[in-house]
Amino acid sequence: MEFTALKYFGRFIVIIFIQIMILNHIYFGGYITPYIYPLFILMMPFSIKGWVLLVVAFFSGLTMDMFSNTPGMHSSATVLIAFLRPAVINFISTKKEFETSTEPSFSVMGKTGVFFYVLILIFVHHFSMFLLETFRLDEIGAVFMRSLFSTIASVVVIMLAFLFSGRTKKVRI
Amino acid sequence: MRNLFNYIAKYHFFFLFVFLQVISIMLVIQNHHYHRSLFINSSNFLAGNLYDMRNNVVQYFALKSINEQLAQENQALMEKFPESFMKTDQQIFEFRDTLHQKQFRYINAKIINNSVRNRNNYLTINKGSMHGVQPDMGVITTEGVIGIVQNVSRNFSTVMSFLHSETQISAKIKKNNHLGTITWQGYDYQKATMLYIPPHLELARGDTIITSGFSHIFPEGIPIGTIDEFEVKRGDYFFTIEVDLFIDFNQIEYVNIVKNVFRDELTELEQSQ
Repeated sequence: MEFTALKYFGRFIVIIFIQIMILNHIYFGGYITPYIYPLFILMMPFSIKGWVLLVVAFFSGLTMDMFSNTPGMHSSATVLIAFLRPAVINFISTKKEFETSTEPSFSVMGKTGVFFYVLILIFVHHFSMFLLETFRLDEIGAVFMRSLFSTIASVVVIMLAFLFSGRTKKVRI
Repeated sequence: MRNLFNYIAKYHFFFLFVFLQVISIMLVIQNHHYHRSLFINSSNFLAGNLYDMRNNVVQYFALKSINEQLAQENQALMEKFPESFMKTDQQIFEFRDTLHQKQFRYINAKIINNSVRNRNNYLTINKGSMHGVQPDMGVITTEGVIGIVQNVSRNFSTVMSFLHSETQISAKIKKNNHLGTITWQGYDYQKATMLYIPPHLELARGDTIITSGFSHIFPEGIPIGTIDEFEVKRGDYFFTIEVDLFIDFNQIEYVNIVKNVFRDELTELEQSQ
């Protein structure tokens, strides 16, 4: 149990580090930044308690806020996807119950399953985040377009992460 | 009462969600007020040092452009040497003695984190309270206005960039001294918008816009940009002027923090009216 906590903490550090030091400084086509740190929430095991997920989401968002001078923006969006995550998992996988200890991955949810799981939650995350950043409704069209393009960038990077994390597991076995 | 607890326990997931969202939204709202955020900003110890570390690596890639910039500044300084003026029979005149009535002092700083593509952009600089930086000081370069200091820690400060949805800088058109306000509408970090210039004035493309100095944050006459387009929108009483900024926010490395020596005196006087 302690080992798993340590594993998740290590993963958290790595993901946040990559996000802050590299991805935050990338702007595809001028304005599109990929955000991969929600991956930390997306990759939590199915069995995790709802309130633990919410608290973890809040503090990971707050860490991002600290580094990007945007108090509340990332934490609000991350808490929102942590809240929606169980519903989205149910919606995508009506067929079977997952084993409680597993995490979302290609082998468990299938490639399309993971894709739609990531797509829905990342879009919700980006849209609510950019809306809070702008903080006014008259620019909502621009916010929509911006979150759409950023979602594409983020989903590509996150799907790659899922691909590689799946591979390393196979090697271990 | 027990029922209430049972109810909360049953729907604890939802209530916790609402609770955390309320905290987050409150942080966002507090952030939109000018003075803000207790500790969630990048002037704190961890974030400041991490950005400093990153900057130490990344700055090597920018050495070429920094050298060019330094060479240009050296050249500009050389041109100001007394030796570079032709001596005529008279002595050199000083028409504005800054030694005795010095109003602005400058603190040099290096940018260690910067963004230009968000709607609200911030910078982090490597000078803090130890070096005399205080909130609300202006930040400039020779090419234009960078922003206003917001949070200060011992060694670092965060700066609300000019590229921010709440930017409002008092500015004037150089040729006729008419006052207006400069704002930033987002998207293009090389363009800004000037408002409140009455439509009877004759403007031309390429007219220079400078700071007015009325805010006591920036000195007068800092160049901002040139007029690109102007029109009176339907139903409006004023020009909406598109301004090409002189400064390239994506390239700045070094800035000066402006300390107005008389600022407290001035604001106190103005508030007492």
